[in-house]
Amino acid sequence: MKTATPGRGTAKERRGGFTTISGRPINELYTPADVTALDYGRDLGDPGDFPYTRGIHASGYRGKLWTMRQFAGFGTPEETNQRYKQLLKAGGTGLSVAFDLPTLMGRDPDHELSLGEVGKCGVNVTSLADMETLFDGIDLGSITTSMTINSPASMIFAMYLVVAEKQGVAWESLSGTIQNDILKEFIAQKEYIYPPRQSMRLITDVFAFCAERVPRWNTISISGYHIREAGATASQELAFTLRDGIEYVQYGVDTGLNVDAFAPRLSFFFNSHSDFFEEIAKYRAARRIWAHVMRDQFNAKNPRSWQLRFHTQTAGVSLTAQQPYNNVVRTALQAMAAVLGGTQSLHTNSLDEALALPTEEAATLALRTQQIIAHETGVTGIVDPLGGSYFVEKLTSDLEEEALAYFDTIDRMGGMVPAIENGYPQREIAESAYKFQQAVEQRDKVIVGVNEFVAEGDEPIGILYIDETTSERQLAKLNRLRQTRDDARLHAALKALEEGARGSANTMPLLVEAVRAYATIGEMCDTLRGVWGEYEETPII
Amino acid sequence: MQKIRVIIAKPGLDGHDRGAKVIARALRDAGMEVIYTGLRQTPEQIVSAALQEDADAIGLSILSGAHMHICPRVMELLREKGLNDVLVVVGGIIPDVDIPKLNAIGIKGIFLPGTPMQEIVDFIKRNTRSRVAI
Repeated sequence: MKTATPGRGTAKERRGGFTTISGRPINELYTPADVTALDYGRDLGDPGDFPYTRGIHASGYRGKLWTMRQFAGFGTPEETNQRYKQLLKAGGTGLSVAFDLPTLMGRDPDHELSLGEVGKCGVNVTSLADMETLFDGIDLGSITTSMTINSPASMIFAMYLVVAEKQGVAWESLSGTIQNDILKEFIAQKEYIYPPRQSMRLITDVFAFCAERVPRWNTISISGYHIREAGATASQELAFTLRDGIEYVQYGVDTGLNVDAFAPRLSFFFNSHSDFFEEIAKYRAARRIWAHVMRDQFNAKNPRSWQLRFHTQTAGVSLTAQQPYNNVVRTALQAMAAVLGGTQSLHTNSLDEALALPTEEAATLALRTQQIIAHETGVTGIVDPLGGSYFVEKLTSDLEEEALAYFDTIDRMGGMVPAIENGYPQREIAESAYKFQQAVEQRDKVIVGVNEFVAEGDEPIGILYIDETTSERQLAKLNRLRQTRDDARLHAALKALEEGARGSANTMPLLVEAVRAYATIGEMCDTLRGVWGEYEETPII
Repeated sequence: MQKIRVIIAKPGLDGHDRGAKVIARALRDAGMEVIYTGLRQTPEQIVSAALQEDADAIGLSILSGAHMHICPRVMELLREKGLNDVLVVVGGIIPDVDIPKLNAIGIKGIFLPGTPMQEIVDFIKRNTRSRVAI
């Protein structure tokens, strides 16, 4: 166990020891003695140079700002389509689709488990018809879209491709991202359907399909966000996310793909929590680790395969229901950390998200927060302004070292899939979550408005309330769809999907055909459930 | 005294189980017998677990907005099974307007984000039937 050195000053310190939000002991002062092992050319490099610690672009945000991509979706596709048009009008530069739980779990609105969930946490998309409505009046050839979907990622992606086809937009020109990261679902967010190994096949099918047909599409967004939200520390987020990345690359290579054929389209997604410097160091360490892994371990030759590109979302878990306006300040600071860490894309949370999905006003304020950072603070004129800080460089190296130690442990278990099957990352995260909650209860960690500076009787703020008509409207549309589509074409497509899944065919073209026949998400997912079964975890507390 | 027996359940489709697991552990550390059902439990499964485990309390963790569908169904099933004395508490994201509605169907404890674990432990201790070993 590391211990922090006591303060140098003679004054008594305010507390027994200073630690980051992850519990990492912090010294009073960092000096050249903390970074003697660092070699500038080898370990940092200029921005744009290997190992990209200081950023993947030589010109940082001078050339191009990050994409301001606000995650949004609620109710029916009609309602969300309106929200997208409003966000684009307000200066948003990319779309990011939040789906509801039935869609995320591959269930139609009329399934018993969908009761009460339709349109609540995101938009409900049951079939191609809903996807056409969602992007009505939005040219898929001129925007980029990120879709947060995992177990049914292939099905939703197939719907997007068919909408593009109907708009007359060539697949080769489409750009965007599907999250498609099932490992972190098993580890943290738990929106899985199929067992791990079958789920991995769906993902490598997307890698292969896109390499050939949709070359500008980001096939996966390897996510630490949810791992952190579930309670992980900064180093656990870093380690598990990058180790997931290694697992995906290994599976891709094992299916016979050339690493450089798919690695440049892998992207990452990190959390930006409240501990400012620790977060910045985390992004810098992530780039350095990934560059080495891809070049030295996987022998990738294309520099684009070495460069870790990432989206960031500010920490939802840090938002408080108490004194909700404080969340604007938290989010702004977290967003600043992401920018100083060199993110390619950013979502800022809205002040009301500990209470409900955001209102339009709250979502606009969140976007304005990014615009203020981009255009008023001056931080975008210089690349990696904290590079060379003794503290930030030491933290970067420490986080890297801790992540590599986790890699060793997971490698000894045979990789991430076996580690997940053993419940290893799940246990580590649950432990950290509990420790943090205890620290909060003991007021060792202060949360303003929650365990300190508490105010009685918060003035209630207006929140978005999703009513039950969403479910009724989606059910009515589904019933109409079932009566009007070509049943023969539908059954043939689902039969072909089933046979493909039993064999080794790439599932993507089969799903595209099922989507063209207006198969619902539930029908497509059930077809694969019939072949592959469903995963059930052993809960660990 | 026997230990207080608590079912912690995650109903609905949501998989965000950080809160459920932290509470399960806090109740266990406070000396209770905790049975965590795992994810995606239907109201029927939850009530059946309460019956089998002879539970004194059920804690439902709901963050997705489906609480107005799930909670009434759980209460109805408890009544059908004659488990009227089982304490039901809910933790998660519950809009203010729904709190009186949940109180009205017999849900006594509703715990919103930021609630200290100790407050939940104390509430359950105060409101469960006292168990005396026979």
